Amino acid sequence: MRRVGDVTAQAASAGSPAPEPAPEPADTVEVAVATPEREQPYAALGLRDEEYARIREILGRRPTDAELAMYSVMWSEHCSYKSSKVHLRRFGETTTDEMRAHLLAGIGENAGVVDVGDGWAVTFKIESHNHPSYVEPHQGAATGVGGIVRDIMAMGARPVAVMDGLRVGPLDAPDTARVLPGVVSGVGFYGNCLGLPNLGGEVVFDPTYAGNPLVNALCVGVLRTEDLHLAFASGVGNKIVLFGARTGLDGIGGVSVLASETFTGSAGGGGHKKLPSVQVGDPFAEKVLIECCLELYRDGLVVGIQDLGGAGLSCATSELASAGSGGMDVDLDAVHLRAKDMTPAEILSSESQERMCAVVTPENVDAFMAVCERWDVTATVIGEVTDGENLRITAGGNVVVDVPPRTVAHDGPVYSRPLARPDSQDELQARTTAGLARPSSPADLAATIERLAASPQLASRAWVTEQYDRYVRGNTAAATPADAGVLRLDESSDRGIALAIDCNARFCLLDPREGARLALAESVRNVAAAGARPVAVSDCLNFGSPEDPGVIWQFSEAVDGLAQGCVELGVPVTGGNVSFYNQTGTTAILPTPVVGVLGLVEDVHHAVPHGFGPDGDAVWLLGETRDELDGSAWAGVVHEHLGGRPPRCDLAVEARLAELMAQGAAAQLFSGAHDVSDGGLAQALVEAAVVSGRGAAVTPPPGELDLAAALFSESAARMVVTVPAWAEADLARLCVELGQPAARLGEVGGTALEIRGVDPLDVVELATLSASTLPAALGD
Amino acid sequence: MSARVGVITFPGTLDDVDAARAVRYAGGEAVSLWHRDTDLQGVDAVVVPGGFSYGDYLRAGAIAARSPVMGPVVEAAHRGLPVLGICNGFQILCEAELLPGALVRNAGLRFICREVRLRVENSTTAWTSGIAAGAEITVPLKSGEGRFVADDDTLARLEDEGRVVFRYADPAPNGALHDVAGVCSDDGRVVGLMPHPEHAIDPLTGPGTDGLGLFTSVLARLTAAA
Repeated sequence: MRRVGDVTAQAASAGSPAPEPAPEPADTVEVAVATPEREQPYAALGLRDEEYARIREILGRRPTDAELAMYSVMWSEHCSYKSSKVHLRRFGETTTDEMRAHLLAGIGENAGVVDVGDGWAVTFKIESHNHPSYVEPHQGAATGVGGIVRDIMAMGARPVAVMDGLRVGPLDAPDTARVLPGVVSGVGFYGNCLGLPNLGGEVVFDPTYAGNPLVNALCVGVLRTEDLHLAFASGVGNKIVLFGARTGLDGIGGVSVLASETFTGSAGGGGHKKLPSVQVGDPFAEKVLIECCLELYRDGLVVGIQDLGGAGLSCATSELASAGSGGMDVDLDAVHLRAKDMTPAEILSSESQERMCAVVTPENVDAFMAVCERWDVTATVIGEVTDGENLRITAGGNVVVDVPPRTVAHDGPVYSRPLARPDSQDELQARTTAGLARPSSPADLAATIERLAASPQLASRAWVTEQYDRYVRGNTAAATPADAGVLRLDESSDRGIALAIDCNARFCLLDPREGARLALAESVRNVAAAGARPVAVSDCLNFGSPEDPGVIWQFSEAVDGLAQGCVELGVPVTGGNVSFYNQTGTTAILPTPVVGVLGLVEDVHHAVPHGFGPDGDAVWLLGETRDELDGSAWAGVVHEHLGGRPPRCDLAVEARLAELMAQGAAAQLFSGAHDVSDGGLAQALVEAAVVSGRGAAVTPPPGELDLAAALFSESAARMVVTVPAWAEADLARLCVELGQPAARLGEVGGTALEIRGVDPLDVVELATLSASTLPAALGD
Repeated sequence: MSARVGVITFPGTLDDVDAARAVRYAGGEAVSLWHRDTDLQGVDAVVVPGGFSYGDYLRAGAIAARSPVMGPVVEAAHRGLPVLGICNGFQILCEAELLPGALVRNAGLRFICREVRLRVENSTTAWTSGIAAGAEITVPLKSGEGRFVADDDTLARLEDEGRVVFRYADPAPNGALHDVAGVCSDDGRVVGLMPHPEHAIDPLTGPGTDGLGLFTSVLARLTAAA
């Protein structure tokens, strides 16, 4: 809203420091040619000697200040993927045409787009905003949500839901009480105010995240296939329109400071007038921008569109220009500013939020402006597509940037960093859980189940998720604590989608390759629990420093595991994000490749409910349990132990389970389901009982396992389902048909969870235990 | 002909699609009203939906209460037009002085999204006449500034005149005085509440269908009057 925006702008300038000396004249191309020897602060901007030399070679002269700012942000790790590119290629190389069949857009676009039939397409992506969320948890997390939402808007889609994967230090660590509530309030503040239901996600506590929390935000959007908009600028004479919020001094150099090199270093020009590097979000501005963009798409007024995120205008102009056929002229004097005396470099590097850049044909400019006016969105033509080859940017009538755009956006350095399996890996894997004492008496087993249920790792996340709106827009058929969020795509059809994100980073430390496959397996299982068929993957790869050979080994292994796993499942990776330098001092975080899976639900009314069905229904366990306690929640919570090998991961078996769930759901055989993962069968039963408010009487499946292994093992490819009596024969037949191992455990009913060999557990008491842990630490 | 219910969209309004859907589910026709409209298009009732109108700038509901569309709404309300304010809509109606009291930051200072049970204390208003007095309904509450406050005299008057329409059946999670979840104007035509009946109209997407009663109540009355 312009009126209110003006008030804010005045307030901001009124609050700025005392009058400053007049700025120095901007460094122009002409000056750069004339002063080749001028010293430039490239190292402080995060560029290495050889990178700076390469820029001079490309331009045949020294870069101007503005050009240096552009190259430094665009060649940062965050924007250029310079350390990860050689590994990420393997996703593309392993994706077959068959996997790609339903992809309308894949890696390289703002977000992958999947054709889901009936003319509908779905786009989704996960992105990290880790470092800003440590510096300023509330704004860091809020702008993380804002950024991923704009990525989805840039595909021509209406954003329809968000999820978030949060990782922080131990619940009782002093800083967690600052970081977690701040992050949660930021995610809620932004998402709630945008009117996007939050379907759930993860909250994980581990000491390695204490100095480096992870905030991974997912957004999903829906569009008609004909509305797909890709970011490109072609058509000589087409106008470049910058619209949304004004451009200010906030977040300058954010990407180069936060995603590259050391976290504590300072960088970027501007010095005295620089505002905090963490951007400040205004979700109201973004909500209005969303509605404005959707109206622009509907009226066919946009040729190409690009969001402004990390690296701001530097990124948007160079990416739009290099994706088009010609050159581009941009005049920075036309950019609406909210601070005085901003230099060209500052305008190009600003990461002010809630801005978009569109390519519009000249005849549509008036109609475009009219739509922006209706939504009170500030919009300005800042340039046009030319028949030249370069991106030319002027300020005050002088040329301050004149570069081949591809050299900024795509031809950044690529490093094959040295990698080496850490020497400690063998020792870690040799330190198994074999020697740990296991409970065996009914009382000890019951006490262990209660201890796990109340542990920070497994306790109820309601303290977090009750701060998020899950109802808005009226299409949410399931949200947390369900295994997967389920969303109706459109009111007129019953078609829906299911979404889950997951990663057990403890498994990834023990074996990054298997751990990444297990993360994929668990996300697939989560959407399968709702009866959905998995169709696409997005990932958010959070790792330590790529300059550490051990970390690059973890990264390479995880990429291999994930790429290969996707081939085995026939499901493509459609996009994602890499976050490096997640470490405190020299201690890296647990390798954390978070995997998001999108599933399709034929009819949302047939999606399988979470938890137990009604009293009297049979409880079945699908899948096989092995003695796999290494890396388990039991080992972590009870013995503070992390070592050995993660559970075996067989994705063919996982796919079979998902197929059985989809067929069973279509036939409406299931009254409830819950996947078995952290905490094993015991925790799955506890969660199902608590969420349903019902007990059950069950006997763990017969076999050679001791009760502790049967209850706490975290073998993959397992699901607890409940089935009405009439459907049991059908389920048994389906299991035989697909070769799915299954066992009938007992029946739903009563007020206690009665597991044979374990003292009975009152469901209300379990619920209280589980619900009390987070509030006790973070406040009611 | 079904009754026509206006649903206002301000910049930042979020639950307008839900409110319009609730009107349709109840058998009415939903008419979109824009914040810049100065004509109510002859609607028979108005819903002011939830969200963050104008980004909650200044104070939740304060700017929306002074927007162009609210002029004719306030005028029509004084002549007896049924108006329902939900969540931010309730805040707007308080700011527009159609309803007494104010909504302030939740006692715990955090946003709360959960299903709550409400006791319907007055079943004679335009929006509750189809619901049995004393009935309990379950609807979602989702707000950060939902704590109803008023001075002692106003509270006493509201209680005496039976103008507390909805009360939290359990202690108010947001610390609302007297556990007040919703109130009405002295003629019972204007009702505001913090929880969201429009999110409880279909078991697929909400806790049940308890919220539909508000919309069927007003439509039944409008149809009978026609």
